Amino acid sequence: MEPKLADYKTDVHNDWCPGCGDFGIVNALQMALFEMGIERDKATIFSGIGCSGKTSHFINTYGVHTLHGRVLTFAQGGKLANPDMTVVAVGGDGDGLGIGAGHFVAAGRRNIDMTYIIFDNGVYGLTKGQASPTLKLGEQTKSLPSPNTNSNVNPIGLAVASGFTFVARGYSYDVRHLKDLIVKAVKHKGLSFLDVLQPCPTYNDLNTRDWYAGVDLAEESMERHSRIYKLEDTNFDPTVNYAGEVEVNEKLSQALIKSLEWGDKIPTGVFYQNQLVSPFSTRLTDKIPNYLENPPAKQIISDNGLPNTDITKILDSLDV
Amino acid sequence: MGSTDFTWLIGGPQGSGVESGANIFSKVCAEMGYQIFGKREFYSNIKGEHSYFTVRISDENIHSNVNAVNLMVSFDAETIFRHYDEISSDGAIIYDSELENITTDRVNTLDSPFKDRLHKFLESKNKPFTIAGVLEVAKENGVKLYPVSFKSLLTQLSEELDNPRMRGLVRMYNVLGVSLSLGLIKMPSTSLVDSIDGIFSKKPKIAEMNKKTAIFSYNYASNNFENFNHALTGIPKQPDTILVQGHFGTSLGKMVSGCRFQSYYPITPASDESVYLESNEILEIENDRPGSTIVVQTEDEISAIGMMIGAALTGTRSSTSTSGPGFALMTEALGWAGINEVPIVITLYQRSGPSTGLPTRHGQDDLLFTVFAGCGDFPKIVYASGDIEESFYDTGNCFNYADKYQIPVIHMMDKFLSSSVVTCKKFNPKKISIERGKLLDKVEGEYKRFAFTDDGISPRSKLGMDNGVFWNTGDESDEYGHITEDPQIRIKMMDKRMSRLDLTLESIPVDQQAVSFEVHDYTIISWGSTKGPIIDAQAMLKKEGIDIGFVQIKLLHPFPTDYVKSVLKDAKVLIDIEANYSGQLGKIFKQNITREIDYYILKYTGRGMTSTEIYDSLKKIVKNTAAKREILSHGA
Repeated sequence: MEPKLADYKTDVHNDWCPGCGDFGIVNALQMALFEMGIERDKATIFSGIGCSGKTSHFINTYGVHTLHGRVLTFAQGGKLANPDMTVVAVGGDGDGLGIGAGHFVAAGRRNIDMTYIIFDNGVYGLTKGQASPTLKLGEQTKSLPSPNTNSNVNPIGLAVASGFTFVARGYSYDVRHLKDLIVKAVKHKGLSFLDVLQPCPTYNDLNTRDWYAGVDLAEESMERHSRIYKLEDTNFDPTVNYAGEVEVNEKLSQALIKSLEWGDKIPTGVFYQNQLVSPFSTRLTDKIPNYLENPPAKQIISDNGLPNTDITKILDSLDV
Repeated sequence: MGSTDFTWLIGGPQGSGVESGANIFSKVCAEMGYQIFGKREFYSNIKGEHSYFTVRISDENIHSNVNAVNLMVSFDAETIFRHYDEISSDGAIIYDSELENITTDRVNTLDSPFKDRLHKFLESKNKPFTIAGVLEVAKENGVKLYPVSFKSLLTQLSEELDNPRMRGLVRMYNVLGVSLSLGLIKMPSTSLVDSIDGIFSKKPKIAEMNKKTAIFSYNYASNNFENFNHALTGIPKQPDTILVQGHFGTSLGKMVSGCRFQSYYPITPASDESVYLESNEILEIENDRPGSTIVVQTEDEISAIGMMIGAALTGTRSSTSTSGPGFALMTEALGWAGINEVPIVITLYQRSGPSTGLPTRHGQDDLLFTVFAGCGDFPKIVYASGDIEESFYDTGNCFNYADKYQIPVIHMMDKFLSSSVVTCKKFNPKKISIERGKLLDKVEGEYKRFAFTDDGISPRSKLGMDNGVFWNTGDESDEYGHITEDPQIRIKMMDKRMSRLDLTLESIPVDQQAVSFEVHDYTIISWGSTKGPIIDAQAMLKKEGIDIGFVQIKLLHPFPTDYVKSVLKDAKVLIDIEANYSGQLGKIFKQNITREIDYYILKYTGRGMTSTEIYDSLKKIVKNTAAKREILSHGA
């Protein structure tokens, strides 16, 4: 039977706040899985902790709701052991760029073929709105007793610097565009990162849906006023087209410069893509030639309850 | 012990080849039929600090070191300053005669507490603070001295070989020391050449140079050293004997048990295992294409356990290897594995804490921490091996426990085991079984990962399996794995998970829970690597007609209360022996079995126990002259 979009939805009650940006992301993810025809039992959604952590329960594929900050570790282990599986990791910006920032950087160095989506809203929602790593210095969202005393992390810049080979940004209220970005990210051979701007209607009263839509700017001008624009509508070419230091460095630096753009104009779309960097599976097959045909999850380890691993040669070398 | 019981010690600055020297020596002795128990002690340092290796050689099975050294060879001053007083009165010291005038102040790595103690002692003996001074003390104790100028030996060798480069080759000093020792004890030299070939098999040029040095110095000792009391000329080999290093038991155990994923973060003394697994990552499989172990060096221990859990969810037998500080970082995820019923094995090579503590020294001080690790109530198994041979088979059992009970298992090892080099019976892989419990091959119909069942264990699907979709969460969950906060489901889920502690005790065979080495009026309880020195001390006392019992507890959580109680019913005086300060097993024992511990023999210097020390304390206990807490301190 042909799968339907509805097959990717569970009947678990979704308890996110009304108007939460997360709804758009979970919809886009379901649409992307459906569009790519990935069977339910061939995909795993790993999630972190926080509102976004519940995502895995709303999607009708394998779902692993992990620990705060650790989602990438679980996801990488799963993907390495069973490389046939489509793996998408999701989590909040506090999860991935605060407590989990070390794993974020390390994952970039490995370039395992999977996708990581950060639900980026500038606050810790589930603990009542504290400042998260993407909130700007001096900003004061409504739960903060005083303006934020920390500078923000630049998720796109950090991803590019850490070695992610596909780096993009989406907006949760442009579901179709976000779905297209997820499809691109999943199809990318290597580690892909999606920073998704996602208004938190309950705790972030600065970066609201209206703010992203530029309603405040509209009052001053009659021209197009949405802050969000798409890189693909400009002449920005994110792709590393050939191996070479000059090309790579140029694409890396333009992505970094573009990632600094914020305020009245906020770019979305693909910032950087480099398919010339070997995915981790290639680094493994270089030393374990049959890794992909016979990965850990597929290996037969016993024969009638007895081990089939033959360590005779090693044992003989220890003989005295 | 039999007619041969000989202890050899080699020392030198870290990085000077003490370990490879000791490996050559051990291999030679093992090849000549002897049983070996060797142990390395070293500082948390790469180059320069004092390290030493003690090798005990016997014609009978031995499981420990003893205090007395019969022969010490040293090519640096520090080794002599630190160990001259360990040499038995029938023993000897081979040393570099160029060192005689070196004063304690010239040795930067002698720390002041040690120097102060030594100075006080030498003053009382009216000796100078020099190598010559301490050697005089040794000589007065009956120790024979064999001075030889290492420099002039190399000079002679370089002239003989017409190779001027040999002259200043101080990195040959270790081979020189080993060969002088073997020459002195009359160990046949054929095995020396074979062992060097074996150890340097990938570097033929270096092997050649080492062999020439070895034979030259061996002959020098044979011709010039006289009147030593010990000769070890070889005995018939025991069949099926292997010479293994500490981590071989768990690493080879993992390969055979089908562990195909290991993630780790570097930490002493655990990383050797992971490096060894990666060095042997491609596996030969009977009647099949090659298999492999994916070994991933992670960014920290949190990632190591996270990756391992992710891999385990795909049905892969997965593991990590760490030490106390690393395990401390893993405890949050340990609880996640607990609530999600994920079978994982953590091999915990303990060292001496707290914090980084004595980072390269031995300790058994993580027992209480491990038993209670993680927030919340969840079931886990804590299991401890007593020696390297045991650890091979125990690794197999640990994976079976994990799979059958769908529970995290912590396999406790320690630095004493990891830095030992011993002869033991060749591992037999066919004695390991592979039992995967309720792991599914296929799923039909509706699937609930956490379905309530009679025995509390649900059939287990794996990520990526056809029709087996499930959910996990660190929150409390329903049978599908979706979050719930329902009070009734909470009770049922807690009961389901915790029930497997009883199931474990009911179904793990008692001989895997605890091992009785006889029970007498005086009986020892202990766990882990103290087993070796305890067994040897027990044998020493038996020869004197003193029977001491010993029960080795291997399953430490859940605690096998009923079985241990029944085994110990005839014991009148209980002695708890552990390498920690607070007698941690004793605490668990008292908590589960309402019975006092009469004596503790404890050591927390970071150095492993010797059988001599345990023997001495046991003797005091039997004579009723012991303190309630006997604190051991042997070892530099």
